[in-house]
Parts: sequence; C-alpha cells; structure tokens
Amino acid sequence: MAVGHPLDPYLRVDRIPTMWCPGCGLGVVLGTLLRAVDRRIREGQLKRENVAFVGGIGCTARMSLYPLFDSAHVAHGRAIPFALGVKIVKPEMKMIVVGGDGDIAAIGGNHVLHALRRNADLLVVMVNNMVYGMTGGQLAPTTPRGLYTTTTPYGNPEKEINMVRLAAALGANYVARGSTTHPQLLEQMFYKALAKRGMAFVEVLSTCPEIFGRHIGFRNPADLYLELRKRVVVKARPSVEESDYSWEKGFVLGEYVDRDEPGYIDVYSEYLSRVLGSGG
Amino acid sequence: MRYEYITGNTAIAKASITAGLKFYAGYPITPTSDIFEYLARELPKRGGHVVQFEDEIASINAAVGASWACAKSMTATSGPGFSLMLETLSLAVITETPLVVAYVMRTGPSTGVPTRSGQYDVLQATYGFHGGLVIPVLAPSTPQEAYDLTVRAFNVSEELRTPVVLLSDAVVAHTYGKVAVRERGEVEVVDRGKPSVSPEAYRPYDPLGGLVPPMACFGEGYNVLVESLTHDERGYYAPRTDIQRRLMWRLYRKVVESSEKLFDYSATHLDGCEHALVSYGSTALSARAAAKLLREEGFRACSVTLRTLFPVYEEGVAGLLKGVEKVFVVENNVGLYFRELRGVLRDKEVVSVPLIDLDMPLPQEVAGVVKKWL
Ligand SMILES: Cc1ncc(C[n+]2csc(CCOP(=O)(O)OP(=O)(O)O)c2C)c(N)n1
Ligand code: SF4
Ligand SMILES: [Mg+2]
Repeated sequence: MAVGHPLDPYLRVDRIPTMWCPGCGLGVVLGTLLRAVDRRIREGQLKRENVAFVGGIGCTARMSLYPLFDSAHVAHGRAIPFALGVKIVKPEMKMIVVGGDGDIAAIGGNHVLHALRRNADLLVVMVNNMVYGMTGGQLAPTTPRGLYTTTTPYGNPEKEINMVRLAAALGANYVARGSTTHPQLLEQMFYKALAKRGMAFVEVLSTCPEIFGRHIGFRNPADLYLELRKRVVVKARPSVEESDYSWEKGFVLGEYVDRDEPGYIDVYSEYLSRVLGSGG
Repeated sequence: MRYEYITGNTAIAKASITAGLKFYAGYPITPTSDIFEYLARELPKRGGHVVQFEDEIASINAAVGASWACAKSMTATSGPGFSLMLETLSLAVITETPLVVAYVMRTGPSTGVPTRSGQYDVLQATYGFHGGLVIPVLAPSTPQEAYDLTVRAFNVSEELRTPVVLLSDAVVAHTYGKVAVRERGEVEVVDRGKPSVSPEAYRPYDPLGGLVPPMACFGEGYNVLVESLTHDERGYYAPRTDIQRRLMWRLYRKVVESSEKLFDYSATHLDGCEHALVSYGSTALSARAAAKLLREEGFRACSVTLRTLFPVYEEGVAGLLKGVEKVFVVENNVGLYFRELRGVLRDKEVVSVPLIDLDMPLPQEVAGVVKKWL
C-alpha cells in the first residue's frame, strides 16, 4: 500500500506531482503554508471550510490549484481584489492570496497598495524568486540590480522594489520576510500570520533554479539553494530600514511588523453598524 | 408596485436592489456615478455591500469574488472603465460567474465627451473581451426599460451563470420618466442553481446533462475551484483539444441557444409596414418619432426597438421584419449594429442610418436620411 504524505488530507492528491520544475522552491512554500494551516485547524482556530486560496497567474499563483480547499486561479495580478470581494461578503473566511513578485508587486501593484492601506484582512504570500519564472526569465520589479534577465540582457539597471518597506509604511498589521532556505521559520511566520486580523504580508525568498538560477550560473537546484542561503541572515527584530536588499548585500529575514490595529473588516463593520444604527 | 418619476440610472439602481443585489463595487465615472451613489446610500440599509475600489479592474474582480461568495453582484461603468474590465469579463465567462455590468455609454473614443451620449460601444459590449464567445447584452431606451431590463439582467446572469451587460447610454441615464417600481415578490427573481450532491461528488463545471452547472459558493465546504485556465468538469487544467471543444461549445451554446427566450423588443405599426426603422437605446426614441413623421407624409413606416442586442435571435428578427421591404438601422455611431442585422436579414435591403450626435439625433434628421432611400 502506498504510504501517504501527512499533508495529503489537505491536497488534491490526484493533481500531484505539481507542475513545478524539479528543485523549485515553491513546494517548500506550499508545504510550510499547509502545515501552518493544519496547526490552526487542529487548534480549532480555523474552520477548514472557511479557508480559501486565491492566486493570480504565475508559477507561484498555481499554488492555489493544489490545496483541497475553496480556491481560485484568476487573472494575472488580480487575486487581491477577488479575495477581498469574497471577504467582504463572508468575513468568516480566511483568505490566503498566493502570488509571485510579478503578480503581486508589478501588475497587481495598485491592488496591493490599496489592500495594505486598508489593512485588508488577507494573508498575502508573495514569493520573491527575483524573476518572472512562468514566462521564461524576464525582469521582475524584485530582480536585484545588475543581474541578467532575458529582457535586461546587459544586466538590470533598475533598483529593486522592497515590498517589506512598502507594506510596513502603508499599515499592514504583520509584515515578515521568510525564505525557503529556512522552512521552520517560514512555517512559524505563516502560523502567526494566519491568526492576525488586518493585513498579513509575508514575502518569501525562493529559488527558481530552472530560470533564474540557470541565467545567473546556478542551474543545479542545490547550488542555487546554497547560494541563497549564503545571502540571507535571520534577525530577531529587524528594523524596516534593514529590509532593503541587493544581491551583494543580501537579505534580512525576520518579522518586521507585528501590530494589532483594526483591520478593514473591523472598520467596515463599524461603518455598517452606523448605517443600520442611524435607522437608515 | 408604485409609480415614480426617476432617471434611467436611478431605475437601474432601484431595480438592482429588487432583483437581489448584495454586492456593488465601483470606480466613479460619468455618466454612471449616480447609480453608485444611490446604492451607497440605500443598499447597506438592506444588508448589502457597496465599496469603492482603486480602479475598475479591482471593482470587477471584487464583484466576481463576491459572486463566488454567493452574493448577487454588480458593477457599473462607461467606456474607459469597461475597457479596463474586459480581461476580467473574460474570466467571468470561463468561470461561469453570474455578474451584471451596467455599461452607460458616453461619447468616445477615449475620453471623448464624458457627459454626452453615443452608441459606439455596442459591439465592444459583447465582443470586447478575449475568447470569442457571446455575452448577453440588454439595452434599455427609457427609464422604465432600464428598470425592467435590470431585473432581467440579474435573472439571466443567474440562470445561465454568465456575465450580462446592461447597455444604457448617457441620454437614458439622465432622462426622467414614469417608472413602475416593484418590490421583491412583485417580480420574478431567479437564483443560480445549487448543487444537490455531497461535496465529495460535486464537480463545479459539470452541467449534468444540461448546459449550466450548479454553482456552490466559497465557504460551503465544496472545495470549489474557480479556474481561469481551460478546465475539465472538475475545474482541472486540461490543455487538450477535446476538452477545449467541449468547454467552448457549451459556453457558446448556453447563451446562443437562449436567444429565443431572451429576445425582447417593442414595435409600432408593424402591420402593413414597408419601411422599418430598427433601433435601440435612446436613439430608438428618435427612430420612433421619425417613423411617425414619415407616416404623416404618407409613407408606410414603422419602428422596432430592440431590447436584447445579444445573443441575436436570428429567426426572431427575420420573422419580425418578414413583411417589410426595407430595413433602416438607426444608431448613434458609424453603423455598427447594422452589420449584425445585415448578416441576419440577407434577403432584404438593409440600410445603415448612422448619425453621430452628442445627444439624441433629431427625428427630422433621421427621417431626412431615410427618405433619400425611399
Ligand atoms: C495580463 C497578463 N499579462 C501577462 C501575462 C503573462 N504572464 C504570465 S505569468 C507572468 C509573470 C509571472 O511572474 P511572477 O508573478 O513573478 O510569478 P513566478 O512565475 O515567478 O512565480 C506573466 C507576465 C498574463 N498571464 N496576463
Ligand atoms: S520556472 Fe522557476 S519558479 Fe517556475 S516552477 Fe520552474 S523553477 Fe519553479
Ligand atoms: Mg517571480
């Protein structure tokens, strides 16, 4: 008899193996995320039927296809407004948005900006693999300056976006940066993020050996993994200023923001009760 | 039922509430914002939600999400906003999401004359999105029709699990008229079919022998899959010609085979009519008045106002105009819907009467153009 995986009950097992390339970091992201969800469900803090995954388009966004929950695989960049539409109608839902750096920070930039400003009650998991994986290695807003991409073949001249700084500035309740090189830490971040009201924004550094790695000379998944591992440091309580990164300087992992301001659903419910209280 | 003296836009807003609207998301744009503002005042009192989003793209995506959370959803916009919404309209088509988009046309292209009218977007309304299928398009010409067709738009979207475009224009939007306003219970209200099987047996895109699959919502334990990729009955990505064919033909047939049921029009003096002035939206009022002028001059002219523009019920349109000699398609654009009708009325002389006017074309002008062909 085939021995199952402990996470099988949460997976559409008939869709495994995933579409991801061998050695891709995305499996680690999905695994840690589902483990965190599992812990919250077993502790009675989440109801399984109230958990939903929403992804836009990209390798990362396809993470929404595998969990055995309500899920949506929508248009490129548009997972956040879709998820917020669900959340407003059914505030009991725990909406988990999964997206790549292109999906969330480039084409979905306007939506993430306003979701952060609203402190919208969503868990947004943005995987920063520093590239457009699905479409074959074009520039992402997160691509470190100087690196090769197929659309900046002479080296990216632009400054990389730091979504941690943006999320912190606009008022998300929880902002963290994890990495697939540190799965226990990542799972702990997800676990914590799942209990937050308001916006929880988790940036996850991940390896794309097939495209990003190949283009910068680390085609072997283990080599890219070790290279990334060399460039990250974990800090207990990093300041937002420390979150700026470059390929040379490296990346600081940790929880940058952890606060408990009213979330969008709180302020919106208060608005609704004012409408109803005023007798219309 | 009671009579009220209201604008076309107010009629849309009121009717949407009667039809069961629970979620409205929008971004301000002339000439639609008063739909938004009316709903912002009234819908929350009735347990609904009204939220302004950062743009039209977010608005329509939130409305699609809300529809998957079981709420009847609507957004309203005009040309520039509708152009932004097209990508997600396509998503709503392939995911079979009930949704009403009120499209109040203004003068275009681009920013055009934001406060004035036109019918330039009649083909964009159904053909604008990528994917080559048909979205039902209902077009009111008066506030009363705006009211009635709004209710209908919701019912059609729920019954067929499709986005529906309610295509109004700046004249209808802000013209006052006497409208029979109805309460819940006084109109037929259709709700989407729900699954009757267990979550384990449920397949979200299985039409069960028909054309429209029952729809479970988020939060009901059905592990729903909303899938933008070509998918099989389970919602699983399936890049295969046989699956693509099955999906395309079902999505096409469920709308096109409803064309008879959706067919809706009004006509005057059709008996013995030789010259039919066919129109839609606010221009239909000009055409109706022009037909009257022509009759006064002794011509056997009549007018037909089409209230369903897509899907085109070919037999219905052909049957309606069977006895007439010439068909004049009167519209406030370069002659767009004319192309649709010419294709349907192949054995007849069909003449385009394209009149560009920032308001309603004058009946005299319409009659003058028509007379040149008589
Ligand atoms: C509107 C639109 N533009 C472009 C694309 C093509 N496209 C698909 S995925 C993608 C980028 C994916 O990059 P990212 O979001 O970083 O995800 P990754 O694959 O790296 O996980 C692009 C540009 C699309 N699907 N839709
Ligand atoms: S292209 Fe990169 S990100 Fe996409 S699956 Fe392959 S390794 Fe992973
Ligand atoms: Mg990427």
